[in-house]
Amino acid sequence: MPKDDIKEFRLVGTRPNRPDGLDKVTGRARYGADITAPGMLWGAVLRSPHAHAKILKIDTSKAEALSGVKAVVTRADFPTGLTGEEWNLQENTMAGEKALYDGHAIAAVAATSSLIAQEAVRLIKVDYEVLPHVTDVDDAIKPDAPVIREGAADASVPEGMPPNVVKYFEFGRGDMEAGFKDADLVMERSFKTEATHQGYIEPHACLGQLGADGKGEMWVCTQGQWFIRQMCSAVLGLNAAQLRVTPSEIGGGFGGKTTIFMEPLSLALSQKAGGRPVKIVMSRSEVLRATGPTASASMDVKIGMTKDGKLTAARAEFRMQGGAFPGAPVDMALYCSLAPYKIENVEHIGYDVLANRPKCAAYRAPGSPMGAFAVESLIDEMCRKLDLDPMEVRLKNAVREGDQASYGPTFGSIGLVEVLEATAKHPNLAVPLGPNQGRGVASGYWFNHNGETSVSMAISEDGTAQVSVGTPDIGGSRASIALMVAETLGIAYEDVRVNVVETGALGVNEPTHGSRATFATGKAATIAARAAIKEMCRRAANEWGIDEDAVEWVEGAAQPAGPNAGNYPPMSIKDIAKNMGATGGPISGHHESVPDGVGASFGCHVVDVEVDPETGLTKILRYLVVQDAGRAIHPSYVEGQYQGGAVQGIGWALNEEYVYGKDGRLQNPIFLDYRMPVASDLPMIDTMIVEVPNPGHPFGVRGVGETGITPPLPAIANAIQGATGLRMSHLPMTPTKVLAALKASQE
Amino acid sequence: MDFHTPSSFEDASKLAAEATGLTRFLAGGTDVLVQMRSGTVLPDTLIDLKLIPGTQGITRTPDGGWRIGIAVSGARLGDHAELIADWPGVVEGMELVGSTQVQGRATLVGNLCNGSPAADSVPGLVAAQASVEITGLTGVRTVPVEDIPAGPGKTTLQPGDVISGILIPPRGEHAGDAYQRFTPRTEMDIAVAGCAISLRVDGDTISEARVAVGAVAPTVRLVPDAAAALIGSTLDDAAIDALVAAVRAACNPIDDKRGTAEFRTEVAGVLAKRVAKIAYGRAKGEAQ
Ligand SMILES: Cc1cc2nc3c(=O)[nH]c(=O)nc-3n(C[C@H](O)[C@H](O)[C@H](O)COP(=O)(O)OP(=O)(O)OC[C@H]3O[C@@H](n4cnc5c(N)ncnc54)[C@H](O)[C@@H]3O)c2cc1C
Repeated sequence: MPKDDIKEFRLVGTRPNRPDGLDKVTGRARYGADITAPGMLWGAVLRSPHAHAKILKIDTSKAEALSGVKAVVTRADFPTGLTGEEWNLQENTMAGEKALYDGHAIAAVAATSSLIAQEAVRLIKVDYEVLPHVTDVDDAIKPDAPVIREGAADASVPEGMPPNVVKYFEFGRGDMEAGFKDADLVMERSFKTEATHQGYIEPHACLGQLGADGKGEMWVCTQGQWFIRQMCSAVLGLNAAQLRVTPSEIGGGFGGKTTIFMEPLSLALSQKAGGRPVKIVMSRSEVLRATGPTASASMDVKIGMTKDGKLTAARAEFRMQGGAFPGAPVDMALYCSLAPYKIENVEHIGYDVLANRPKCAAYRAPGSPMGAFAVESLIDEMCRKLDLDPMEVRLKNAVREGDQASYGPTFGSIGLVEVLEATAKHPNLAVPLGPNQGRGVASGYWFNHNGETSVSMAISEDGTAQVSVGTPDIGGSRASIALMVAETLGIAYEDVRVNVVETGALGVNEPTHGSRATFATGKAATIAARAAIKEMCRRAANEWGIDEDAVEWVEGAAQPAGPNAGNYPPMSIKDIAKNMGATGGPISGHHESVPDGVGASFGCHVVDVEVDPETGLTKILRYLVVQDAGRAIHPSYVEGQYQGGAVQGIGWALNEEYVYGKDGRLQNPIFLDYRMPVASDLPMIDTMIVEVPNPGHPFGVRGVGETGITPPLPAIANAIQGATGLRMSHLPMTPTKVLAALKASQE
Repeated sequence: MDFHTPSSFEDASKLAAEATGLTRFLAGGTDVLVQMRSGTVLPDTLIDLKLIPGTQGITRTPDGGWRIGIAVSGARLGDHAELIADWPGVVEGMELVGSTQVQGRATLVGNLCNGSPAADSVPGLVAAQASVEITGLTGVRTVPVEDIPAGPGKTTLQPGDVISGILIPPRGEHAGDAYQRFTPRTEMDIAVAGCAISLRVDGDTISEARVAVGAVAPTVRLVPDAAAALIGSTLDDAAIDALVAAVRAACNPIDDKRGTAEFRTEVAGVLAKRVAKIAYGRAKGEAQ
């Protein structure tokens, strides 16, 4: 679809009520912990209190002897011989020879009540040999750091690197020396960000059942039921087709529910307990200690700029720890960090480093916020030094369609320039600032993603439609998919029901991640609806005795395509549905693919803050999110994604962090001390949806879930510099840190 | 676990004295139930005090002071216009506790007896010179609030002691109090530092003052030197500087994930300055 073809739609772009709304506000919606089954047992998990320790002996005899206990499992109950990421998953599910972080699972119990299970966990005796540990990324990369695992490095790591470096990245283009020479100002700075958690409000919960015959069922709160199936099967040595996984409603995921934690434990316990279903619900402390927060990062950036704001060269060197396993998103951070800029000379270097922390999982645009923090902070500081308008500098260097991205590929249709131009005109930028107030801007980028997608839709007997999708609805995707299908079929939004179905009902679907559900599932559902339309046209053609190609679909009815095709009154979807039994049977549409045509999304945020010079407290006064959605199918949910991303970024920037003590234990595994923003901390987050349609999607969708968390970290740091003159280079920018920096600057 | 619902404080006292193992009283339960859920405190005996007659009352005492029942929630305190007119600082301390949901249950007594150095309502009570009535095995006695906390999670209450009421003295003329805390977030957070000041003026001159600080020492502390810095002054810059210095000198905080010792000390001084201005304004009848 060409860019300027802004088509009018009947439904796409409207804001109907979400189909899951009533269930959610009345409490009827069934989340992970709401699932029960007859004969159900409760599981509980014993977790390591040590950051790094050899497990010498596990004595489960007392726990097993406790009345009501039906099964106890340790790593000895798992198959051996796994390799690569499957071994990593198994090792993270339950520790083998060593406990690798505070909270690492050591053993699990199933009992007739939750209290008995917890009591039994306390009766398990573990002999540990405590080992030296390391939790900070800069310490973990030292040559003499405690070694988390020998031989974990992959082929990318050159000879002679420190022992905890497990992946190494190096890429770039141009002539760095010449690039820096062309600059009038070259600046170099180091930055650090701390690990944060997705903070989804629903803790992990599952109910697993596995018989001696290897047939199993799992009900679980997840972003991806096929991932759960595949990962559980791998870790437990099961036949994937024999495990049926049904997703519950989901109270947030943000990437953190795209992998397994205690799910295999419930299956292993169930099998040992004679096939009785076992339910495990994590506490908030377990969620914080032992699920998948994001990585922490240490980053050096060097940038060259001319007097008039042209970027001549940029070098980014990032070190990230993502816990005791490979997988810190350092590659993604590097790819995204310079993506908004057209720069001839770029160099990227990255280190994925092991440390004694939980295995990181995806968190909303994994890696991108950290990279943006480093790059966008430094660009802002250079603009201030050269007295340049940060919006103009961003526009001057902005990438456009056809430009080669900093990380290699050539951009297709993108909307960064449109976003920056819209931002610059927004009234928030004209609001005058008072004393101790500052304004910060920053850009951000996310690729967006397609992934394996399989969708079926079927016409009901009354002409309404049901759509079976495999991507759990975390951001309103059922509403958006219903809008697209209803638009395509020419029926009412209310006449479409979208169901998120279990693994037995469709081909493999990747999770709802990478901002892909509305793009990929929406595209597949639209194509599936077109297939159903084709079939309905065929039924009408048969009825009329004319050629199939001589029938067209208009406003929910088949009709002859023009006077030459024949003179028949339109046959509505209701008429066709009513007679489906007599005209060939059920009518459905199906589509499966890895949909091509992913459209990347850029955003720009503008934030005004006020810093209390006596306490260092930063207050968010105004916050604006501008982002290219491609097309907003349901604008309220697009705005919700923009606001949610901004709020999570605000938390990350100001107060959220994993605090580890000298003993390597997590100091703040509760929401009292893991300080996510509360509603009263925030102004209404202003949003502006820019629509540069993605030609790769039938309605122009790009995917909007992730870009929004990318700019807040630097935008807020930039605003704090405006308010105080201080360049804060280590997140979070807590009152303690800001006040200490203010005092130091006054000395 | 044994669960009791006595109908008098005497019975409650006896039950507590006779119980073995870990005993907790249940007022609002916003500390006790949370601790039980997280497994940090698993009591053997739980004694619910809310069914004792009179525990929900806020009453004027014959001398013009106040008696507050031990089960009165933060929400009820915050609805009591007369009490707020007398002791706005006491009420605003309690109203900072938790959220709307927590406010419906949380009590002054629970806040005091949970023994947190950061308890938000305690500095205000100490500055107000409030006391608690204790029903114990040997009868009923009255003790100043500042004598109850003994350290983090600890009180000076003896086995069989149960607090049966909170007594706040008469406010009198030309007086005002205030409390502020510092938290990185606007709510659902724990004080990194807190300060309450109650004072009386004679014209523009401060004639009486009490200053209490929270979250900057193992217990909430009364700071007589800080009060001395205010008394006799018109809250001029010199008095404020002396107040801030005295408050900071009284701080002996810990360094932890919630804030460094240096930060807590610094901010306690800032709060003292801000709170003194509010209390002074209130004492002089200026709307605040
Ligand atoms: C979400 C949340 C937010 C919170 N925010 C804050 C906050 O901002 N500031 C703050 O200070 N606190 C906060 N708290 C802690 C708590 O709400 C307060 O300490 C509250 O005032 C406790 O009162 P309660 O009636 O619920 O006490 P309970 O939990 O009923 O009891 C607390 C303790 O007091 C003892 N006790 C109760 N009554 C008596 C009695 N009559 N005699 C002797 N001992 C007694 C109990 O044995 C127990 O040890 C918060 C709690 C939650 C859950």
